[in-house]
Amino acid sequence: MQELLQQKPEIAAIFADLHPPFQAQAAVIEADRCLNCFDAPCTGACPTHIDVPRFIKKIASGNLHGAALGILDANILGASCARACPVEVLCEGACVMHGLNQQPIEIGRLQRFAMDDFHAQGGRLPRKSYENRPEKIACIGAGPASLAAAAELKQRGFQVTIFDKHPLPGGLNTYGIAEYKLPLLDSLREIELIKELGVDFRFGVEIGTKTSLAKLEAEFDIIFIGVGLGAMHKLAVTGDQQPRVTEALQLIEDYKTGKTTHIEGKVVVVGAGNTAIDAANAAKRLGAKEVSILYRRTRKHISAFDFEYRQALQEGIRFLWLTQLMAIRASSEGITSVECARMEIGSGGLLRPIEDSTFHLECSMVVSAIGQSPMLELLAQCRDVQLQQGRVVVDRATGQTTNPKYFAGGDCVNGGREVVDAVADGKRAGAAIARLLEVAYV
Amino acid sequence: MSNYIVKPDLAVTFAGIKSPNPFWLASAPPTNTGEQIMRAFDAGWGGAVWKTMGAQVTNTSSRYSSINWNGQRMMGFSNIELISDRPLDINLRELAEVKKRYPKQALIASLMVESTREAWHTVVQQAEDAGADGLELNFGCPHGMSERGMGSAVGQVPEYTEMITAWVKEKATTPVIVKLTPNISDIRVIAQAAKRGGADALAAINTINSITGIDLDTFIPQPNVDGRSTHGGYSGPAVKPIALNMVQQVMSDPESMLPISGIGGVATWKDAAEYILLGSGTVQVCTAVMHYGYRIVEDMIDGLQNWMCEKGFQSIEDFRGLSLPKVTEWKDLNLNYKVVAHIDEAKCIGCGLCYTACWDGAHQCIHVDRVSGPIDGPVELHLKPSEIEAASRNTITVTPIPKLDAASVTTPSYATPLARIPRVDETECVGCNLCSLVCPVDDCITMVEVKTHLPSETWEERTAECLTGKSC
Ligand SMILES: Cc1cc2nc3c(=O)[nH]c(=O)nc-3n(C[C@H](O)[C@H](O)[C@H](O)COP(=O)(O)OP(=O)(O)OC[C@H]3O[C@@H](n4cnc5c(N)ncnc54)[C@H](O)[C@@H]3O)c2cc1C
Ligand SMILES: Cc1cc2nc3c(=O)[nH]c(=O)nc-3n(C[C@H](O)[C@H](O)[C@H](O)COP(=O)(O)O)c2cc1C
Ligand code: SF4
Ligand code: SF4
Ligand code: SF4
Repeated sequence: MQELLQQKPEIAAIFADLHPPFQAQAAVIEADRCLNCFDAPCTGACPTHIDVPRFIKKIASGNLHGAALGILDANILGASCARACPVEVLCEGACVMHGLNQQPIEIGRLQRFAMDDFHAQGGRLPRKSYENRPEKIACIGAGPASLAAAAELKQRGFQVTIFDKHPLPGGLNTYGIAEYKLPLLDSLREIELIKELGVDFRFGVEIGTKTSLAKLEAEFDIIFIGVGLGAMHKLAVTGDQQPRVTEALQLIEDYKTGKTTHIEGKVVVVGAGNTAIDAANAAKRLGAKEVSILYRRTRKHISAFDFEYRQALQEGIRFLWLTQLMAIRASSEGITSVECARMEIGSGGLLRPIEDSTFHLECSMVVSAIGQSPMLELLAQCRDVQLQQGRVVVDRATGQTTNPKYFAGGDCVNGGREVVDAVADGKRAGAAIARLLEVAYV
Repeated sequence: MSNYIVKPDLAVTFAGIKSPNPFWLASAPPTNTGEQIMRAFDAGWGGAVWKTMGAQVTNTSSRYSSINWNGQRMMGFSNIELISDRPLDINLRELAEVKKRYPKQALIASLMVESTREAWHTVVQQAEDAGADGLELNFGCPHGMSERGMGSAVGQVPEYTEMITAWVKEKATTPVIVKLTPNISDIRVIAQAAKRGGADALAAINTINSITGIDLDTFIPQPNVDGRSTHGGYSGPAVKPIALNMVQQVMSDPESMLPISGIGGVATWKDAAEYILLGSGTVQVCTAVMHYGYRIVEDMIDGLQNWMCEKGFQSIEDFRGLSLPKVTEWKDLNLNYKVVAHIDEAKCIGCGLCYTACWDGAHQCIHVDRVSGPIDGPVELHLKPSEIEAASRNTITVTPIPKLDAASVTTPSYATPLARIPRVDETECVGCNLCSLVCPVDDCITMVEVKTHLPSETWEERTAECLTGKSC
């Protein structure tokens, strides 16, 4: 395990920070630019409602410790979110400075500045209560949703255990986010503080197979489901069993953990969401000669954020619009090409292949990035927990499922959004569980 | 812009001293040596007041400190420097040399010696022999020299000011300018004394007693001189409003009014224009030059000329003192004049600063109820700031992301959603101006006059009516 915890220098070199940290003086100048709005729209646009002007003005006054504690009070993964959040569509997208024809305040980088300082000073998470309560809560999955729920409950004095099948905590925050946004080690550093609070972590435990839910139910008062989403959808074309057909998530996990440090040849990525772009950028940076993204529809249909798309163009990724993968061709040496068809969008938005439009694209590796599937097998085992289109149905304000003993949050509830949404879900659920148990206790 | 082809002439004659423009360097480090002053004249300065000469002194090594504000350096500047630490004869030799090479620029000798008639007579003779166009008496230095019975020790006592001015006038053949200290309760008292003593002109203000700040790790105030500090003289942009008021007071009082050289926070042509509008014949600059160098005079000249063209002024005298009649005492202001705040919805960016300011710092008459609330209802019906904020925090939902939640995003009629554009309750607005001052957008909140249809009435008139038995 320990060798994983050293970032490989070659990886560090090719995945340097996309948004480098602020120097101290620049941070203060930026912080002074913030207007300190009333009922600030940036705060409203943050799913965890971090009080943005409050922490920014603390940076301006030199109260960095206070700034960090304010951030953590709303968002226990404040450091990760500062770097992983799509701020363009969240806080910074709502900043009133747009209206002054000026750059929005760089909220994400300021938040990182406060959090980096907190970690450098050896800051520790505060407890919200000195009480030690007997109730036990299990969290399935150690991703952002569970971490936020666990921290909230532990800070209030409850006994929390987190189970994850992976050897490292953090879920996609650790294994999935592009290294030039959030390095794996920084994700772990932040979670270390949650461990210090006294949350119990059990790694390499897959719930629903060896450890049954029934056993969990017997041992714990409340169960929080934060399992995220499952494997990527299969390509389901001829040749998809070739060894160099891989899933985007696997490719990303492999380079982040240092298992892959180089990629040869030409790469084809299928799908045009944020994950596809992350995988394509990674393949390119890892040495692929050419990376092409195949997408059935057009530029305006992609689910990737605009800034992610522009980033991909900058990295030199080629986009093939209206292109459908038909088959993967291989020789004894491995993949040689993909066979594609041109598509057209007919009346009523119906997508169909153009006749006789097949063509071949030379490549030696194919990456599937056409969406993650829900964890149906596990979720189906959760007694009386209702699902809708593969998503767990919850009460939005509390995260409580149709079985009052079960709470849920994160990707398995919202179908796959952002880290910060998972944190918000987890925190709300944590607070709601605490309320429920405190009432029951009295 | 007007049709002028030839730029207006900036030349002035100040108490008989001719100067190509009204921009003078104040007696300070930028006028320490002849070499510096010659470079300043080359850059375009119209005159210079030599760093105060007199008995030679020793300065402390650490001697300046400053106030930085919102990312800007030296909003206020403080020094604990004394007068020139160079020998008098070298200063005078250089002064003679500068005057020879730059006959057109005004060169003033600033003087400070011990308070005896002989000492003053000697130094006046020496300065005039060297060729000074005028003499400035430094009665204002707030530290070090005052402990030796000079500087503000003189400038704070009307009798001393009058006496020493008179001694100088006995001897002087060139104009005598008395430089005033602001560290008094009424600057007019000293100005009157200087006038009685025969001064030809005044200069105001010298620096203001100050402590700029304290190091929160060592607890030593700034500037730190081997673990200790002392009060310094405050200057720079921060002191301009104080200085402008003092200039106005002197110029509006017939018993103290004399040609005046305005000093304090001048950094641009706009500052200079304001001093001149309040009656100054020249302005003097120190801190801005210490910050940015002699080169700043280029824009001071250019900007003032362009503004004069725009306004149709051909000389400095055309607008000198124009604002003086517009300053009166409070009791002479019209109590029936009324303005109310007006928000331009198209410009508002929805920051809510006006709302907070009016609730916490003014009269609780700006509301954020454009969409839902009662129109022009009484104040009590409106939510308080804390209630609005709480309601907003409690809207626990997934935050809409335009890309992911297309349906949730609507196109507003204004750049800012109507719900975030505050509304002024004009019946409650007292017209204090606060909201228009905090609004970050130019011309977004304007103060609009409301016709009260009442005749102008001052406080003095109103109380006179009270005395006659009418209600008030
Ligand atoms: C490639 C990629 C890039 C992304 N980039 C960004 C980004 O830049 N910014 C951003 O904000 N968001 C990004 N996201 C989204 C973000 O990572 C997720 O929304 C977030 O991590 C969801 O958190 P979660 O806790 O719900 O689930 P996850 O992070 O998915 O965590 C679930 C955890 O549960 C564990 N688990 C699952 N089943 C079991 C079981 N049966 N037993 C035990 N443990 C189990 C898993 O091992 C995993 O650790 C990205 C997602 C992907 C796929
Ligand atoms: C609008 C306004 C009104 C004031 N009214 C008074 C007053 O009535 N009585 C008083 O002693 N000081 C009054 N002051 C002065 C303040 O109490 C304070 O001394 C001064 O503003 C300096 O402090 P500050 O600049 O740090 O805010 C007033 C200040 C302001 C801005
Ligand atoms: S909206 Fe922008 S300016 Fe206003 S508080 Fe937030 S970051 Fe500051
Ligand atoms: S002028 Fe004063 S009272 Fe009127 S709305 Fe603005 S802040 Fe309120
Ligand atoms: S201060 Fe100006 S920009 Fe801000 S809400 Fe008020 S009117 Fe709008």
